[in-house]
Amino acid sequence: MTTDTKSAPRGLSLGRLLRWETAVTALLVIVFAGGAGFSPDFANTDNLSFALGDLSEIALIALPMTLLVVCGQVDLSVASVLGLCSALTGKLWDGGMAIETIIPIVLVVGVVCGLVNGLLVTRLGLPSLAVTIGTMTLYRGLAYVVLGTEAISEFPTRYTNLATESIPGMPIPYPIALFAVLAIITAVVLHATGVGRSLFAIGSQEDAAYFAGIRVKRLKLVLFVVSGLVAGFAGIVFTLRYGSARADNGLGLELTVIAAVLLGGIDFDGGKGTLGGVIAAVLLIGLLRNLLMLNDVSTEVQSIVTGLLLIISVLTPRLIAVVREAQGRRRGARPVPSAAAP
Amino acid sequence: MSAPGRSTPPTLALVNVSKSFGAVRALQGVTLELHAGEVHALAGENGAGKSTVVKTFAGVHRPDAGEVRVDGEPVAFNGPADAQAAGVAVIYQEPTLFPDLSVAENIFMGRQPRAGLGRIDRRTVHAETAKLFRRLGVALDPQQPARGLSIADQQVVEIAKAISRDARVLIMDEPTAALTGQEVERLFNVTRTLREQGCAILFISHRLEEIFEICQRVTTLRDGTYVGTDKVEDLTADDLVRRMVGRDLDALYPKQDVTPGEVALKVGRLTREGAFTDISFEVRRGEIVALAGLVGAGRSEVARAIFGVDRWDAGSVEVAGKKLPAGSPTAAMSAGLALVPEDRRQQGLVMDMSIERNMGLTQLRSLRKETGRGPLISRKVERNRAADWALRLQLKYARLTDTVGVLSGGNQQKVVLAKWLATEPTVLIVDEPTRGIDVGTKAEVHRLLSELAAQDLAVLMISSDLPEVIGMADRVLVMHEGRLTAEIDRADATEESVMAAATGRAGTGKAA
Repeated sequence: MTTDTKSAPRGLSLGRLLRWETAVTALLVIVFAGGAGFSPDFANTDNLSFALGDLSEIALIALPMTLLVVCGQVDLSVASVLGLCSALTGKLWDGGMAIETIIPIVLVVGVVCGLVNGLLVTRLGLPSLAVTIGTMTLYRGLAYVVLGTEAISEFPTRYTNLATESIPGMPIPYPIALFAVLAIITAVVLHATGVGRSLFAIGSQEDAAYFAGIRVKRLKLVLFVVSGLVAGFAGIVFTLRYGSARADNGLGLELTVIAAVLLGGIDFDGGKGTLGGVIAAVLLIGLLRNLLMLNDVSTEVQSIVTGLLLIISVLTPRLIAVVREAQGRRRGARPVPSAAAP
Repeated sequence: MSAPGRSTPPTLALVNVSKSFGAVRALQGVTLELHAGEVHALAGENGAGKSTVVKTFAGVHRPDAGEVRVDGEPVAFNGPADAQAAGVAVIYQEPTLFPDLSVAENIFMGRQPRAGLGRIDRRTVHAETAKLFRRLGVALDPQQPARGLSIADQQVVEIAKAISRDARVLIMDEPTAALTGQEVERLFNVTRTLREQGCAILFISHRLEEIFEICQRVTTLRDGTYVGTDKVEDLTADDLVRRMVGRDLDALYPKQDVTPGEVALKVGRLTREGAFTDISFEVRRGEIVALAGLVGAGRSEVARAIFGVDRWDAGSVEVAGKKLPAGSPTAAMSAGLALVPEDRRQQGLVMDMSIERNMGLTQLRSLRKETGRGPLISRKVERNRAADWALRLQLKYARLTDTVGVLSGGNQQKVVLAKWLATEPTVLIVDEPTRGIDVGTKAEVHRLLSELAAQDLAVLMISSDLPEVIGMADRVLVMHEGRLTAEIDRADATEESVMAAATGRAGTGKAA
């Protein structure tokens, strides 16, 4: 083998076609086509627009979650931050404050929640899984302290419309339009900047990243803060979309988000995956939920489906690896009569 | 037992063995005979096929052609268990013992003698272990937990385990790579004892002097093919190197004479509690300064603190006259420091990442600037830069997009060097730069370091390889138990003077 500087083969190759992201996208198309044939109410603009809007919070939170999982971290407290921020929005509105004043205050609370997570992980060196299980309970508890079990409604239509209506001329709800913009920014950051490169390095081998001069702790801290900020914002969107502020808003939503991220092909051990896969997975989950709903399938069954998707998405790559290894072994064990000259 | 008698068949042998992995021919017509009562060396560069030989003996691989023979009879090992049953034991470079179990429990793991009611008979376990240790001539406590044993002692435990299973063939795959001089001597004593008791031993090491010290015969492989088997007394070190690389090697230590320039790195009274105390020295531009000492003397810790991955408690570090803050690798890098760390696989490289991305990881900022597209990185600029360095360091690879994990150890080290040299440092710290690297690549790394120094780079080299220290350094600093004990000039540096200072006996050089 001599020094060889030719570049990798690009474009469509078998390996590229078999990539996880492509498989998820194909599944998305199949579910869409199947849904259109199976359910007459499915493939019309109104329903699809509704299905998209119903994904708003999950889609928004999935963006920072993707960055966190790529760098080997996880934030389980996002749904509780959402609930806390929803409760706070309701409480402040009930207290007579203007929405314009409430939004910045609530966003600051989201940032503080993220900062607490980030500081516990980076300063004390605790695993993020444990830290955010703790703060998940803590923030949800605070939400009940703020609002108890009551529900605040009757938000101004000017704002609830913003959360539910579509942008002029297209069947895309405002929150999803915002998601599209943020998704592009996130994709660029993750796949084309030094920050993204650093996140992959940290997720694969934190020591090597640190020895290469990457500011590991600072990056992690920033990600947790962004995660808190986006979850807080999702809390406002949730409140306005349903026109109802409750302490238990978004209960269990973090699992759907993580299911989407893992289904999208991000390795839970960090260091692998693309944002495109996650976006396809978010849409897939949205379509499935919508289809189940149209067919009057109960929420319990919906959560069973989400759970199965999560398990399948973690299991499948392992199974593929096992099968490949077994094939390789079989091939290796077979005697090669006359090895082809390289 | 003296030279192996030719009348008895070899205890374990490969006869004309070939093995391919896909299109890669790992072994081709290799013959290797291990006789009872001999230590047989297996020599070859990285990628020559040594690991495949070991794995074939260990029952992990099955030959595509040729035979494995035990006592002259052809056998088919259908897995490591078969090889073990035939009396073959492999001692790896870094043994994996259960840290919370005692030494004796580790040795009898899975086949503990039983007392009444199925309880483990601890007394017998300990007594048997003590007997084994006496037989090997080592002083280890059977009841001591495995945690905290040095790598050398762990290897002895592995050897004892093998002997307790009636192993007749011991395969030692680079056992000395992580050992200090004294530990190597102890391991060799055990090895000699076993040889005299009739074991057949296969010994693999990159350190040629060890082959000449402990082995009777040596078989050389090159690119998977069998070069030959010789008695060691018929060979010189140069002959052996020629057999391994297939050509005459330029001097292994091509140190150029230089006139040192201004001070590039100044370390003043640096202290980190529990690691090192009061370390002061300077490295000038153009100089290669070696930091020698035993493993655990605190050399790597000093390097880590200078580079900022660990904090220091007192003292100062200046690079080209600029003081560094404690505990910031980022600041150290922008001041012109580079560190090629000791643990290539954990600290030097992101093993899952491609060659080009690993090379670019230290220059995310300058890659961005060169691209001229705001915060975006250009893959083209990154690839071109990586290709330039790959060419300059004669990296052997298939594609720059391959993960670094597929490269051989020597080529991985070249990627680490490239990644740091690309930052255009003023001071380069290299920690064990040639550990586990074949002799050809080793000479290349030495030539590179020498050239870089001639181009005004200041090099601080930590090394446990004494010939390397003596051959490459303009000055040798020696550490013992966290303190600098001697500073020896190139002219006065000998293995004896360095070892004397490293072991805490009165330094022959002037005290620092």
